[in-house]
Amino acid sequence: MEKAKKRKIGIISSIILTLLIIFGVVSASALAENNSKHVDTWERVKRLGKIRWGVKADTKLFGLMDTKTGQPEGFDVDIAKALTVQLSKQSGVPMQADFTIVTSNTRIQLLKNANIDGFIATATITPEREKVIDFSNSYFKAGQSILVKKGSGIKSIKDLNNFKSTIIGVAGSNSVINVKKFAPKAKVLALGDYGQAMAALKAGQGQALTTDNGILYGLATENPGYTVVGGTFTSEPYGVAFDNNQPEMVKQTNKALKAIIANGTYNKLIKKWFRGVPGLDWRSLEK
Amino acid sequence: MNIIAAGIFDAFTKNNVHYLLGGLGITVGVSIISVIGSLIFGSFIGIIIYEKIPFLSRYVSIINDVIRNLPLLLIIFFVYFVLPVIGIYLPVFWATVIAMTVFESTMLAEIIRGGLLAIPIGQTEGAGSVGMTNQQALLNIILPQAIKKMIPPIISQLISLVKDTSLAVGIVLAEMTFRGQIIYAQNSNYTIPVFIALAIMYFILNYGLSLIARWFDHRMAA
Amino acid sequence: MISLLTSNFHSFLVAFGYTLLSSIIALIASTVLGTLFAILQIVPSKTANVIARAYIEVFRNIPLLIIVMFFYLVVTKIVKIGGFTAGTIGLTLYTSAFIAETVRAGINSVGIGQTEGARANGLSSWQTLRIIILPQAFKIAIPSLGNQFINLVKNSSILAFVAGGDLMYTANNVAATTFDSFNSYIIVGIFYLIITLPLNYYMKFLETKLKGMA
Repeated sequence: MEKAKKRKIGIISSIILTLLIIFGVVSASALAENNSKHVDTWERVKRLGKIRWGVKADTKLFGLMDTKTGQPEGFDVDIAKALTVQLSKQSGVPMQADFTIVTSNTRIQLLKNANIDGFIATATITPEREKVIDFSNSYFKAGQSILVKKGSGIKSIKDLNNFKSTIIGVAGSNSVINVKKFAPKAKVLALGDYGQAMAALKAGQGQALTTDNGILYGLATENPGYTVVGGTFTSEPYGVAFDNNQPEMVKQTNKALKAIIANGTYNKLIKKWFRGVPGLDWRSLEK
Repeated sequence: MNIIAAGIFDAFTKNNVHYLLGGLGITVGVSIISVIGSLIFGSFIGIIIYEKIPFLSRYVSIINDVIRNLPLLLIIFFVYFVLPVIGIYLPVFWATVIAMTVFESTMLAEIIRGGLLAIPIGQTEGAGSVGMTNQQALLNIILPQAIKKMIPPIISQLISLVKDTSLAVGIVLAEMTFRGQIIYAQNSNYTIPVFIALAIMYFILNYGLSLIARWFDHRMAA
Repeated sequence: MISLLTSNFHSFLVAFGYTLLSSIIALIASTVLGTLFAILQIVPSKTANVIARAYIEVFRNIPLLIIVMFFYLVVTKIVKIGGFTAGTIGLTLYTSAFIAETVRAGINSVGIGQTEGARANGLSSWQTLRIIILPQAFKIAIPSLGNQFINLVKNSSILAFVAGGDLMYTANNVAATTFDSFNSYIIVGIFYLIITLPLNYYMKFLETKLKGMA
């Protein structure tokens, strides 16, 4: 008696569970379909009255967390704030800037998932990325370079193009993809963040750390035994990124960029963040 | 060694220590919520598998095994990056809690099933002969004994849970390990002192938990 | 999913090899080390007991990520080790603490009567341990050792944090270059299950068989 009852319960609940799973999968794919439909970012930020920017928290000069306030600070963060002010003026809707911390590894996925509206996170405009996301005009001209130990004898990226060399980079960044073109024979290690990458360089896990010169200068400031060599071997124009197919958001951002350059805000920020950096001619960055 | 010494005093300014301790709060918060969630779901799943209900038990058991045999890190990435595709936007904190709860429920379900199985079947039969129903036997005879046996493995699973919260750095949860990374981003000389500090903080947290486990063990044995 | 798999098949396969290699090395090394510390816990020497206890408590209570980072960034200043090696050493030490506990529980359950009997028959205490106690202890510990190996395979995903070239590292890289995180993670998930799921069912089978024998 009891056994038959148990069997009945088992069958019925198995069927219910199966139906639930099928229902779940079907409605999930329907939702996914629905979500992949185009949402206009410009309309959304005007409606919500805020722009959710993705910025970095582990990159000196561009976006570094202030442990006192718990807020990120840096050139990228200030640009985001200035753009938000300018975009409010252009739309006539008061908007505030909200910040979400991203890493090179997470930023594009977060943007695609609409966890953020856009990111200003030392992101280079590349044709591959432009296939999946939209970029504004460049707001900063960086170039990839290498950081090495002083007296290592390495003068440029060419000296690393052999099977004995190991180059350290950060996962998800454009520089680890690029470096394979300039030193195809070298081994490349991609670590989680710049702190770990720098510590790995110091620990001798590789002979050079590669990324954009602006970030490298930031690392060189605090590590006097290390120096940026060989100049830049790529051009890395940083852009403000938005989801795919957002012409209005991109147009408004480009307009806002022009406005903050014209009113002097941009040059003030360049001076604020890059004046004290040894080995860098900050005047050349002004627009 | 001087590299370690160089950063040790500069790294731990008042602000940085505060910030790191705030991360400890988040680590503990994620752990507590996930523990409660996974104890509830884990018991539920464990009992379903133990009860050998035709079809259902095997069914649930297979799903449980699949999830249990994946790396937690993979589940964390999946919850955070893939759920938004179907329109579920979770803040990092809740994405971590959900991933941890799902994973730890399956681990606990296995422990609970094992604990129930360890009680000899004779006892259920004995309870039946004095007129108890199967449910009554489970509640009054089997469960109390099984729980006694399960507590040590459950606690060591919970210690794993606390340690595993560190994996959420992968999705930028501002818990202890991530905040450590932020501090050494200020100056890479801080990297090593920060890792040592993190090791000490996790040790104190988890060793404390294992002392509680031992105290429980003694009390149960008495 | 199929196209992502075929276009990156070589990367995934190499990564699968690294995950497997790291897991197997760590399994062997941690079984040896774990057994050593299990024995150190039961020998009649206060110093040895304390050392073993301290070792086990330290490695059980610190996240694997921190241990691996320590080897990757600190220990390498003294002895040069790369990400794969640092990760595998970290995995070994971490797992050995759990194995030490498992083996010790096995030894304890063999029972004092057998030790006394063996000693009465003229075996030295080392012989007793080697011939009588350890083989039985391992037999008892097999299911938990198997579970430790499954955990080890899953935990090897930690290599992703030190550029260890394993499955998880490769999944992150493929996801970052193709922007297809969904399929990248699903694919490596299947690769992990190829190792862990059969092991899981084999261990369950062994468990019931051992129970039937007892």
